[in-house]
Amino acid sequence: MAKKISLPLNEETLKGLEAGDDVLLNGVIYVGRDAAHKRLIETLEHGEPLPFDIKGQTIYFMGPTPPRPGRPIGSAGPTTSGRMDSYSPRLIAEGLKGMIGKGMRSEAVKEAMTKYHAVYFGAIGGAGALAARSIKKSEVVAYEELGAEAIRRLEVADFSVTVVNDIYGGDLYDEGKAKYRRE
Amino acid sequence: MREIEAKEVTKTVSRLFQEACYYLPQDVVTVIKKARDAEESPVGREVLSRILENIEISAQGEVPLCQDTGDAIVFLELGQDVHIVGGDLYSAINEGVRQGYDEGYLRKSMVGRPFSARTNTKDNTPAIIYTDVVPGDKLRIIAKPKGGGAENMSRLAMLKPAQGRQGVIDFVVQAVDEAGSNPCPPVIVGVGIGGTVEKCVLLAKKALLREVGKPNPDAEVAELEREIFRRVNNLGIGPMGYGGRTTALAVHVDVFPAHIASLPVAVNMQCWCARHKEAFL
Repeated sequence: MAKKISLPLNEETLKGLEAGDDVLLNGVIYVGRDAAHKRLIETLEHGEPLPFDIKGQTIYFMGPTPPRPGRPIGSAGPTTSGRMDSYSPRLIAEGLKGMIGKGMRSEAVKEAMTKYHAVYFGAIGGAGALAARSIKKSEVVAYEELGAEAIRRLEVADFSVTVVNDIYGGDLYDEGKAKYRRE
Repeated sequence: MREIEAKEVTKTVSRLFQEACYYLPQDVVTVIKKARDAEESPVGREVLSRILENIEISAQGEVPLCQDTGDAIVFLELGQDVHIVGGDLYSAINEGVRQGYDEGYLRKSMVGRPFSARTNTKDNTPAIIYTDVVPGDKLRIIAKPKGGGAENMSRLAMLKPAQGRQGVIDFVVQAVDEAGSNPCPPVIVGVGIGGTVEKCVLLAKKALLREVGKPNPDAEVAELEREIFRRVNNLGIGPMGYGGRTTALAVHVDVFPAHIASLPVAVNMQCWCARHKEAFL
């Protein structure tokens, strides 16, 4: 049974999540991928405020296809999270609580998740048409000039994800692989 | 000499990329269904079911299968008795990519100066084009949008000939293992063996165009495919890396002779969303 969760993530919710849990996210998530992350970190390095308050928020690593008329968004599945590994620890230290993507995270990101209490959710790579069904609203909130890489604010309803890394150091990729490995 | 209008090429390329990004080939759908039915892991089965649901939604023609509608790879088999008129062939193809990615609401993912400015070219050009000249008076066009996530997990090794068959198997299995959840498993593993560096990688890429799971017609190569397939699926990575028995849907190996000093091996990783469409003009 999938757990329904309201965003933003609070400490109590984070404590209840374990690697392998199926979760349905409800509320607001922000979208950013490579170029947007680079800008966010540069902004912090210049001592300037981020274009949105990151405390408690969840970032979805994603760059959608253009929407057809009448639709909030096009295809909207996750991109490979590893490319954000060099940026994520800094954002987690700033208060980021959730990340959505696909693929493995670095040790530095996992350490930041256990230290500051943040989680990493996996979405199904390639299933962008299915993911789009749970996105009710989408607006660009920063770096519009980056096109598909701009920062967006999404409103999602029952957005389906799986907990990959929890605040306790659990890792679904390691656990799942160990369970089904054969010699 | 048979004449083909450049604008026909443009129209066809535009249509093929749009169709490829919305409708997954039936052979791919069939192996995913088989994998879903055979998968031991409940989480893995769930992932494969959702992938199949995604394929159905996309086939309604409104939302592409995946937001990464790829770089636009075009394989041409140009009959030597064909004469392209009314424009040059490669410009016609790039125009087809430009139109197809615009009309089909596909994402434009190509950036210029990849080492520095990374400025989006805004129309997904340039296409990446490979041409073989063949007998006959037809033009075969294969459009293959290829996502970046799986492409990034591809590998090349210039093995020592002494490493032989076992060296090849170990290298391919290690490449899939290290790729883990990144390339959107279950994957199709394209493997090239032999040739030169660039020939080897192209063999691996072209191996992805084969009907999924159809063995290489050479019995020795088919046996190699089976052995790699078994070892890859024993890794336990599973659908999306959540653990399971389906890490690969297929392993396709193609082979070419190599220099006496060389044993090149290339792995081109293909996500489950193995899109390609073709047409003959």
